[in-house]
Amino acid sequence: MNWKRPVERVGGAAINRVKTGIGLFSILVQTLRGAIRGRRPKGEVVNQMYVIGNKSLLFVAVTMGFVGMVMVYQSCLQLGKITGDLSQVGPEFVKLLVQDFGPTITCLMLATRVGAGIAAEVGSMKVTEQVDALRMSGVTPVDYLIVPRFLAALVMTFVLCVFGCLVAYIAGGFTAWASFDVNPVTFFDVSRVDYLDVGLGTTKALLCGTAIPIISGFCGLRAQGSSEGVGWATTAAVIGSSLAVIVIAFIISSVGLFLIKAGF
Amino acid sequence: MSIASSARSTVEGVGQRAFEVCRDVGGIVLLAGAVLRRLFPPRIDSRELFQSLYKMGNMSLPIVCLTAFFVGGLMIIQAGIFVEKFSATSLVGWGAGYTIFRELGPVLIALMFSGRVGSNNTAELGTMTVTEQLDGLRALAIDPIEHLIVPRVVAMMVMLFALTVIGDFVAIAGGALVSMLLLGLEPQTFYYSLVDNLGWIDFVHGLVKAAAFGVAIALTSCYFGISVRGGAVGVGRSVNAAVVAAAVSILLLDFLLTTVLP
Repeated sequence: MNWKRPVERVGGAAINRVKTGIGLFSILVQTLRGAIRGRRPKGEVVNQMYVIGNKSLLFVAVTMGFVGMVMVYQSCLQLGKITGDLSQVGPEFVKLLVQDFGPTITCLMLATRVGAGIAAEVGSMKVTEQVDALRMSGVTPVDYLIVPRFLAALVMTFVLCVFGCLVAYIAGGFTAWASFDVNPVTFFDVSRVDYLDVGLGTTKALLCGTAIPIISGFCGLRAQGSSEGVGWATTAAVIGSSLAVIVIAFIISSVGLFLIKAGF
Repeated sequence: MSIASSARSTVEGVGQRAFEVCRDVGGIVLLAGAVLRRLFPPRIDSRELFQSLYKMGNMSLPIVCLTAFFVGGLMIIQAGIFVEKFSATSLVGWGAGYTIFRELGPVLIALMFSGRVGSNNTAELGTMTVTEQLDGLRALAIDPIEHLIVPRVVAMMVMLFALTVIGDFVAIAGGALVSMLLLGLEPQTFYYSLVDNLGWIDFVHGLVKAAAFGVAIALTSCYFGISVRGGAVGVGRSVNAAVVAAAVSILLLDFLLTTVLP
């Protein structure tokens, strides 16, 4: 009966996926309900905003600065070879940055930093049985642990995406000026950015801000065993939230393409 | 008084943070030196090496392919917005290929690899550290760096290189598919636009970056793994620090290599 094995394995994996999906969806629903009903520990949201937002500021600034520099450097290099006219780099760069790269790459960075942080924290609480203690004292763990992180991450992801775009834009403009002698006045021209670009970027930031805390919190609450379990939960959180960011960016961008085709 | 003390604690905080960063960077450099010294002449535990190669490479293939596919599609959609405006269909393949081979392919695959393999590696080594298994190895006169870390560094470098080769082609295939479905572009147009305008140098440029990212991910994740303090909480914190350090070093190396390489 050796032929049964692969079938069993594929089926088992599929059932696991479906179970994970259902669990994730139920956490999402519980979190949204908890966020609206509004019973959460006092000051916890502000505290989490500090941990998620302020503590990621330097990380986002460094990474987005390098991303902006690299993107402008590569595009100037290529355009310089083909047309030699670098005046269009700035306006097109900021359009692309606002619409896609700014939110997507900032959220990817936050998925590693914030996602791993939430999963590690909640996972450690789970394996040291603090989550069970919460449940014993009549507190829903989702209300107490996930909802404040969700609200804080939703606000802070948006703020950090705006900040990341600004840093990348300024770093890009500096690179263009320092390496390719592009006049900063021609580079910092935002007239090409329209409402559709801003709307797409904002939608991406808000959806990713929802996905990252929920996926990571779910992975954290699922941690089992001891330190190894926390490690696994953190890995799963980083992978799950990074993938979610890329898929969200892909879907929202295709919607944007259809809107442009429809004449918006 | 309170303003003075809060200003002082701010300065203290910044200084402490700076010291921590210096300590971590120094630790990573020292670890790199220790690994290099054991590579000449190469003394690698072959069983551990093949196990690492399999676990890090083969097991991350699905996630890398999935990421690469969506990244390729995303690039085409961005290019499609320009195509709609200027109707420049002959440049889609070139634009997508250039960005995927040189920048987005290596960087995004490395970020996913760091999330999956790097953090897993930190968690594994961290668990071994907090359960004192590394001390156990040392007590048996087995060098933990030679036995555990050198095979991982080699495996991550080789496998990130290999995964980037595969991922680049999956991304291009994803791009071709999306451009056919959403932009109505013939695959032949896409293909010729790609091969006519790009050379080997663009492809190799990305692969050199991938190998460098592999070494960076390996060193940061091993360093944070073996310097864990304090139980399950410490392992979680260490994994978090490792992915952050890996992301920063990937983007920093990306910038440096972009300016240095042709």
